[in-house]
Amino acid sequence: MRLVLRRVAPALRSGGYGVLAAGLLILVWEGYKLIGSPDGVSVGGVRLLPRADDASMPHVGQILERFGRPEVAAAGSPTVLVAVLRAMWFSFRVALAGWFGGVVVGMLLALLMQRFRTARDALLPYVVVSQTVPLVAIAPVVVGWGGNLAVFGQPWQPWQSVAVISGYLAFFPVAVGMLRGLDSPTAAQLGLMHSCAASYWQTLIRLRLPASVGHLIPALRLAAAASVVGAIVAEISTGTRGGIGRLIIEYAQSATGDPPKPWTALLGAAALGLVAAGMVGLADLALGRFTPAKGAR
Amino acid sequence: MSSLAPSPEDPAVSMTRVEKVFDSGRSGAVTALTGVDLAVAPGEFVSLIGPSGCGKSTLLRLVADLETATAGTVAVFGKSAHQARLDQDYGIAFQSAGLLPWRTVRANVELPLELRKVPRGRRRERSDELLAMVGLADFSAARPHQLSGGMQQRVAIARALAEQPRLLLMDEPFGALDEMTRERMQSELLAICERTGCAVIFVTHSIPEAVYLSDRVVVMSPRPGRITEIVPVSLGERDEDTREDAAFFSAVTAVREALRGHPDHSAHHASSTVRGVDLR
Repeated sequence: MRLVLRRVAPALRSGGYGVLAAGLLILVWEGYKLIGSPDGVSVGGVRLLPRADDASMPHVGQILERFGRPEVAAAGSPTVLVAVLRAMWFSFRVALAGWFGGVVVGMLLALLMQRFRTARDALLPYVVVSQTVPLVAIAPVVVGWGGNLAVFGQPWQPWQSVAVISGYLAFFPVAVGMLRGLDSPTAAQLGLMHSCAASYWQTLIRLRLPASVGHLIPALRLAAAASVVGAIVAEISTGTRGGIGRLIIEYAQSATGDPPKPWTALLGAAALGLVAAGMVGLADLALGRFTPAKGAR
Repeated sequence: MSSLAPSPEDPAVSMTRVEKVFDSGRSGAVTALTGVDLAVAPGEFVSLIGPSGCGKSTLLRLVADLETATAGTVAVFGKSAHQARLDQDYGIAFQSAGLLPWRTVRANVELPLELRKVPRGRRRERSDELLAMVGLADFSAARPHQLSGGMQQRVAIARALAEQPRLLLMDEPFGALDEMTRERMQSELLAICERTGCAVIFVTHSIPEAVYLSDRVVVMSPRPGRITEIVPVSLGERDEDTREDAAFFSAVTAVREALRGHPDHSAHHASSTVRGVDLR
């Protein structure tokens, strides 16, 4: 119990600093609006500082207030808050599916590459190269292939394309981080296992996997952020409706007449990333035993 | 324990014309050991000493079957080194304790037993015994990072003794400890050997340490690694006064001269000691 507390307390403290940082950001935003020129600052035709007018930088209060009003003027329209939350929920589920798939694939790849030298030499370069392919380029391919597939007799759903693309981004940090973690036991630790005539599986379960947790947790966090970004970008590039990515595009169209509206969707996307990273934080708490305490080797 | 009980007259370790070449057959081949003949009797304490690169750790790893000899034979209690490893006839400790940081001290000691699927009750009994022997009974629930370097090394020794081996292989286990802790650990190690009747092969850089601990000091030289001399040490029962003893100093001198490769009667040349060997 005390151990859990010791781990929760710093989390709370860093959470407190997070709130403080958000407060500072608001201060900077509003402060700039106060002193900044409505036309921004340009030097030789290049704008160095943004316009501080209400159309470009609505007041924080206006943005928050916009959450409470209906999305569109039509009767029965939900408030922006409800619309954003709904879109976040949609994107969250898709990103979660992508994250999960990416984590499974990444872990399997890492295990394979750790076990077989050949697999490592053959796969690792492609794992790295895979991340240099622009998402926009894969999106049509995934949608095209998906259109020819039927999963469990069900026709391919658009959200599944988005999840696949999101997983494509998420698997990379997991594969690389976990591989490094599996390789992390020291020569003495490995020598000991060998001297005890431990099998590959015994060494994996009692040494390599526990040793990998410290590298895996940050990788999972990166993967969570990547899967959210992947889901948002994939929604846009595949034209999938219902998620926060699509909402950002839709709301951006009303930027001129309704400046605070696009910012609501952006805040929603940012909040989604925080939620995803926070959930990995919970996993970190649960696996705390395996991550070396500060000051320990 | 081992299904094939080793017969009492088998030497603990017997090496005949052992050679080890790394990357053999390639252009970068390095001869780590050549022409090594060594026998260690049951219960005997043998130290390996020599400058860096003389192959003393490699010799130990050959006995442990962590490396395979290129030529010659390595027998442990009359079996091949490979079989001896499978039968857990030896325990091993390295310079870095190599404890698993996520396990408690007790769970670290029990690891070798766990790997052999020894039932929980017997494991606990044995770890109680071992932790008492190394003086860490009160720390069974601690994590390795909460212990000092000397205490971590004691856990590693307890772990090496878990399977009641009759041979202990130690690769500079006290190399990272301060002088005071080191001397205390040496005395404790001798007491443990007394109780368990283990034979020990002990790799070290320190001449006094080798002399204090050993029945015989094996002196090695590099390029290619080989045994140049074996210095017998007869100091009888060791205690703290042993380190002040004239016989102790003469044994230290004998080993130092063997390391230099020629007898040197002027005691003033202490600064010209072989590199890689300190006088602690």
